Amino acid sequence: MARKTRVLAASGVALALGLTTAACGGGSDDDDNGGTASNGKSEFGAAITSVVNPSTTKGGTLNLWSSQDADSWDPARGYYAFVWNLNRLYTRKLVDYAAAPGKDGLKVVPDLAEAEPTISADKLTYTFKLRSGLKWDDGAPITSKDVKYGVERVWATDVISGGPYYLPNVLDQGQNYKGPYKDTAPDKLGLKSVTTPDDSTIIFKLAKPYSDFLYLLAMPGSGPVPQKRDTGAQYGQKPAASGPYMFKSIAPGKSVSWVRNPNWDPASDPIRKALPEAINLTITTNADDLDNRLLAGTADLDVGQTGVQAAARTKLLTDNNLKANADAPNTGFLRFADMTPVAPLNNIECRKAVIYAADPTSIQTARGGPYAGGDIGTSILPPNIAGSDTNYDPYNRKQGKPQLDKAKEALTKCGQPNGFNVKIAARNNRAAEVKTAEALQASLKAAGITASIDQYDGAQDSAIGGSPEIVKQRGYGIIITGWGADYPSGAGYMQPLADSRFITKNGNFNRSEIKDPAIDKLFDDAAGETDPAKAAEIYKQINQKVMDGAYVLPFVVDKALNYRNPRLTNAYVHESFGMLDFQALGVSDGK
Amino acid sequence: MSLGPEASVTDEKTAPTADAADRPGEQAIAGRSLKQIAWRRLKKDKVAIAGACVVIFLIVVAILAPLLIKLLGHPIDEYHNDALDTELGTGLPKGALGGMSWEYLLGVEPQTGRDIFSRIIYGAQTTLTVAFLSAFLSTLFGTIFGLAAGFLGGWVDSVISRIMDFLLAFPQLLFAIALLSVLPDEFFGLGPRWSRVGVLIGVIGFFGWPYIGRIVRGQTLSLREREFVEASRSLGARSGRILFRELLPNLAAPILVYTTLIIPTNILTEAALSFLGVGIPPPNPSWGGMLSDAVQFYRIDPMYMIIPGSVIFITVLAFNLFGDGLRDALDPKAR
Repeated sequence: MARKTRVLAASGVALALGLTTAACGGGSDDDDNGGTASNGKSEFGAAITSVVNPSTTKGGTLNLWSSQDADSWDPARGYYAFVWNLNRLYTRKLVDYAAAPGKDGLKVVPDLAEAEPTISADKLTYTFKLRSGLKWDDGAPITSKDVKYGVERVWATDVISGGPYYLPNVLDQGQNYKGPYKDTAPDKLGLKSVTTPDDSTIIFKLAKPYSDFLYLLAMPGSGPVPQKRDTGAQYGQKPAASGPYMFKSIAPGKSVSWVRNPNWDPASDPIRKALPEAINLTITTNADDLDNRLLAGTADLDVGQTGVQAAARTKLLTDNNLKANADAPNTGFLRFADMTPVAPLNNIECRKAVIYAADPTSIQTARGGPYAGGDIGTSILPPNIAGSDTNYDPYNRKQGKPQLDKAKEALTKCGQPNGFNVKIAARNNRAAEVKTAEALQASLKAAGITASIDQYDGAQDSAIGGSPEIVKQRGYGIIITGWGADYPSGAGYMQPLADSRFITKNGNFNRSEIKDPAIDKLFDDAAGETDPAKAAEIYKQINQKVMDGAYVLPFVVDKALNYRNPRLTNAYVHESFGMLDFQALGVSDGK
Repeated sequence: MSLGPEASVTDEKTAPTADAADRPGEQAIAGRSLKQIAWRRLKKDKVAIAGACVVIFLIVVAILAPLLIKLLGHPIDEYHNDALDTELGTGLPKGALGGMSWEYLLGVEPQTGRDIFSRIIYGAQTTLTVAFLSAFLSTLFGTIFGLAAGFLGGWVDSVISRIMDFLLAFPQLLFAIALLSVLPDEFFGLGPRWSRVGVLIGVIGFFGWPYIGRIVRGQTLSLREREFVEASRSLGARSGRILFRELLPNLAAPILVYTTLIIPTNILTEAALSFLGVGIPPPNPSWGGMLSDAVQFYRIDPMYMIIPGSVIFITVLAFNLFGDGLRDALDPKAR
């Protein structure tokens, strides 16, 4: 899922099989979220595993708030996770994530398509049939050509930049397509790998099997766009609506309001509930004020879903009535440190010494504690990705204490019995990462490892932390970072972090510079594996190989403590976003 | 009382000097130096003395910081999870008033459990070093350039005065932020803490000198036309002698006063820069940095903000009171 906050993520850096950058993901593990939810009654964490206040009552106005504006309302340009989630209100795709809590939400189901695609025996041709009677908000029919045009827009990064850039890596196939704005074909539908034999059929031809292809089609950028209404870079100011709501007004930086799309037919849409009469989004710059409104009940939900601020967090955690309407789902992010090949961390034993010396609890507390920070991380695969195993704890971190004897032992084996000096790099615009670096620095000191903290410009992350050359030049041994997948598959999550072929000069995320042919081969095996269970087994092996190499120090499996207004109905956490499913929400009092 | 030259500026009735006291029965008519007079006046100004005591106390604390921490605190970068609430997961200090106890005299920081007492007194080291040395730097530059401008006049005066005008009109805080964020974290092998202290001293000192420079220039302009300078010059004294033997001693009072008054300003500037995130790098504490960390906790753990806030307040107040007292003592006409 797209990046969750303002982090950047260098879109467009992708390589080979299209995995760009960063960011988030979703999901929750089925564990200690404070009791089992039953009967849809609200209690702490209930929305993670079940639907809270299930209802089909229509009407009322949903009052959403946000402490930051969307990056863009253009479906091809938005990359924030909450924007992808809000896109479900007005953008339909061929396929979309199912509307269900828990693991069921990770399934991709037909949306505009009337059924699952027909996939040829060689797994290269995907044929979709559109449902009949689909209409845009202006009454025009939604055709397969609109879908193809929408897909083509992803290529046009010169006009509409900012969104994920996965599709061209799969579908360009050497055509070097420039996007519809520079298309020489009269109908502007010159992309060869996608064909539309009639208005209700669309065929995608792949060059080689790619088991994650449907995840790419579920991104908002793969949704249809009517060519007549496309205004290029200005499209985000008034996007067309294929979903149940259409834009009534957009005041950048202030507010957005949606009203019902009269041409949306509920019978044609198996996913969306469309309960409220209208939906308003108010954008504020004062996050504390937003929290106060939430707790007072004058705002329904913070769409950022990145967790309340410290003041509200304390109120939530200490007041059981408030806590019953809060959830702390996993966001799909893992917070961790990469250990780079800068000496002496090019030695595996020195890396192990760092992992053993790090105090899991003080780092967890510095990040906000078990609810707002997350569970202590043990490996690089977060729980929403198939193949992860929450019991896998190779460095015995879950017990929560640093293991100084093991750290000393590793230091001796590394040939640095008295410790060494290391530089920790942290993004200066991420207070939590700086706090993490400080906590790490303090715990390394106990093992004799002297760390200094270098706070670099977070806005330049892809050119500093993401540049192996700069990392070497500045001598960064440890880089604090975070990562979430844009779609929930092991390759989508881990390949940019651990495949040696993904090491780039700029925007690199394999910051440990893991160069292990065995790991690379396993990724290739997984890409050709169409059985999800077998693929999961491969991802499990990759995870273990990365941890065996001690390349990465996992801190926490990120969680966000969010509050929802008790009047919200159908509230549940959607695992693919790590936040409530906005399209399902209704209000119980009809206001 | 005599009607000697000092009579206009003193009204003590007691025996003023040791000399006089040796000769009982004689009226105390003794010449007293300007220093002695000022010192007597200062001694009588209880508020100024109280300010001075606080200042001296702070300096002693800063010097003895490592010892005090050994006796009463904990290392500044030691995390204490046991002092924090982990049950509810709020990460706030256990106990009232931000976790104040005999173990942690001023409580602990939320989310880290670091000892606030230790961090405050280590912060005093940083703050006072920056404040004093940058004030010294300002004074040095201000005196040299002010004297040169006032004494030489002409184009030298024009150039220096325009530079001072330029610096006074310069948005120094913004410049300092921009400069501090591009400078390397370490140089001359000083380590990150003292390197940054050095940079802060340089920046704050550099932007502070025009304040003193203007005052020195103005005083010099009026002094250089006075008779004693004329006399000295007619006796064949060279410029150097006039500057350093005739003018400078007469400028000592205003320079001293403005130096003491520029120190609290420097403390506030350092706190502001640390607050804005370009101060001393972590984990080294500074008062402004602590205040900045405390902002997000001010409603749930107010002590965390109150402590560095009041320390800054008390320190600045003490310096200001002392500086005012010193001015009154040295320059009664300004009263």
